[in-house]
Amino acid sequence: MKDIRNILEDRKKRSVKTAVILVSLLLAAAFISLYSGAAKIGLFEPLNVMSRQILYMRLFRIMLAVLVGGGLSVAGVILQGLLRNPLCEPYVLGISSGASVGAVLSIVLGAGGMFAGLGVLPLWAFAGAAVTFFAVYRTAEVSGRVPMQNLLLTGVIAGALLSSIVIFIVSFSQQDALHSIIWWLLGNLQIFDGGLLVFVAVMVVAGTAAAYIFSNELNAFALGEEEAAHIGVDTERMKMVLFLTASMITGAAVSAAGMIGFVGLIVPHFMRMVVGPDHKILIPSSFLAGGIFLLVCDTAARALMPPAEIPVGVITAVFGAPFFIRMLRKKSRL
Amino acid sequence: MGALYVKNVVSGYAGKAVIRDVSFTAAEGEFIGIIGPNGAGKSTLMRTISRVLRPDSGSISIGSKDIFSMPQKDFARSVAFVSSDPAVVFPFTALEVVMMGRFPYIRMFGSESREDIEAVERAVAATDCGAVVSRPIDRLSAGERQRVLIAKALAQEPGLMLLDEPTSHLDISHQVQVLDILKGLSAGKITVIAVLHDLNLAAEYCDRLVLISGGAVRSTGTPAEVLDYRIIEEVYNTVVVVRENPVSGKPYVLLAPGSKKGGDRKVSSNK
Repeated sequence: MKDIRNILEDRKKRSVKTAVILVSLLLAAAFISLYSGAAKIGLFEPLNVMSRQILYMRLFRIMLAVLVGGGLSVAGVILQGLLRNPLCEPYVLGISSGASVGAVLSIVLGAGGMFAGLGVLPLWAFAGAAVTFFAVYRTAEVSGRVPMQNLLLTGVIAGALLSSIVIFIVSFSQQDALHSIIWWLLGNLQIFDGGLLVFVAVMVVAGTAAAYIFSNELNAFALGEEEAAHIGVDTERMKMVLFLTASMITGAAVSAAGMIGFVGLIVPHFMRMVVGPDHKILIPSSFLAGGIFLLVCDTAARALMPPAEIPVGVITAVFGAPFFIRMLRKKSRL
Repeated sequence: MGALYVKNVVSGYAGKAVIRDVSFTAAEGEFIGIIGPNGAGKSTLMRTISRVLRPDSGSISIGSKDIFSMPQKDFARSVAFVSSDPAVVFPFTALEVVMMGRFPYIRMFGSESREDIEAVERAVAATDCGAVVSRPIDRLSAGERQRVLIAKALAQEPGLMLLDEPTSHLDISHQVQVLDILKGLSAGKITVIAVLHDLNLAAEYCDRLVLISGGAVRSTGTPAEVLDYRIIEEVYNTVVVVRENPVSGKPYVLLAPGSKKGGDRKVSSNK
């Protein structure tokens, strides 16, 4: 049967083509982003101390945007795949709310400064995310198994509870703390701390690699948990590994950049329409596409109303919401 | 390698036994039909043989190996399961679904090898789904989807294939097509055990039947032995007539409309 080999060959060629296109788009977006913003820096202008500093800052910001956008998209792919629900997003398990509680507490308690080369706020936020993940996972467990529905419900409830804790803390905060809290919650990709950037990079890259390694398992989960077990997947172990991976990525992204919505929901969706549902292709291409999407949104946030900056979450929502509605309508028509 | 021994199995949910003391054996290459009324425990039995449920007592082994002591991937290489109608949520193509059957053979970092592709090609040819391989599984007809799912199970290259109601959503032509495929597999030394609702199809295709009633084996043997009208009337609580199919010589079961046995009983128990 020549047919099947041809199909597999074609698929290989197509995924190489997709990778080339996405990497080129990413480089182009990064280049444009580097040279846009409130301060005008000409491409061929000799750099002085000032403009060099600005370019460094933008470069940090570009790298964080790509890591956070790519990471949240991969986390979205993992959660949608495991929970077999295309409406899931990285924040569904309450991880991000846990990170918010950590971040807000560190602001209110005035726990500033550095610890082990990292800013204290992101560490608090990541700790909040980690504690939330293990609490949610253990609560959802019933006699050695973690039923997906339990996990989803526990996550949603934990998220609601933790959000109300954030509101409670906010209601008792002083003026200046309030401002920091609001800015953190809005999400911001400007990063000054090289250590934090490295931390996010390690978490996101390791998590994406793990998700890629287990892409056959993720494919199997699309048939349902029992079906996955029938073809040889150790489902309980895989669920633990993959939920932990998604949470680690989400925790790191939110700790560094706050809560940026829509990326982790629509990028996996969109890429599934473009490259198909096979996770071996879906995971790397979602990482690249998520990076491009958030980078473009963040560049728009910086460049649309200079010198003011629009919160990047507003831009992702403005792009994301109509796209999502259109997709849902298209889907229900079919 | 594909011989299955089920011995004194008690199994169910949360300690509540649904099947009680079920024993039967299936020889290599045998085509066995599991029949019985709704709620008799057929699916529970299948879920126990496929390791979804752990029995409370008793043993299940393939050849000389206890299935519950086999590593998960080894088990998936010897036993494949086709469930009645799994929902595939994302639009995987039929080929991608069949390829998933190679999961227990593909190493963690590897992609599909030459053997994987050959096994998939054999599975696709045996189930005659070459024409639909590049279409999304959610766009296939019920008959096509069932054949793709059987192809996925075949790609596991199992010695034993379990099927839970493989013909339940199909019209007669597709029922015959699917059962012909299964018959072909059992001729090729794969042991096939299928839950079947249609007694006549079961009689026509299966080498042996296992009749389950109230969580226990009521009768087992050739279709002619099991489809005795007295046994069927008692188990299904329905009046039937059993005749011989003039073409195949196999028994077939006719219903007598309006003769539901429960009717009289209801009157008599009504004081």
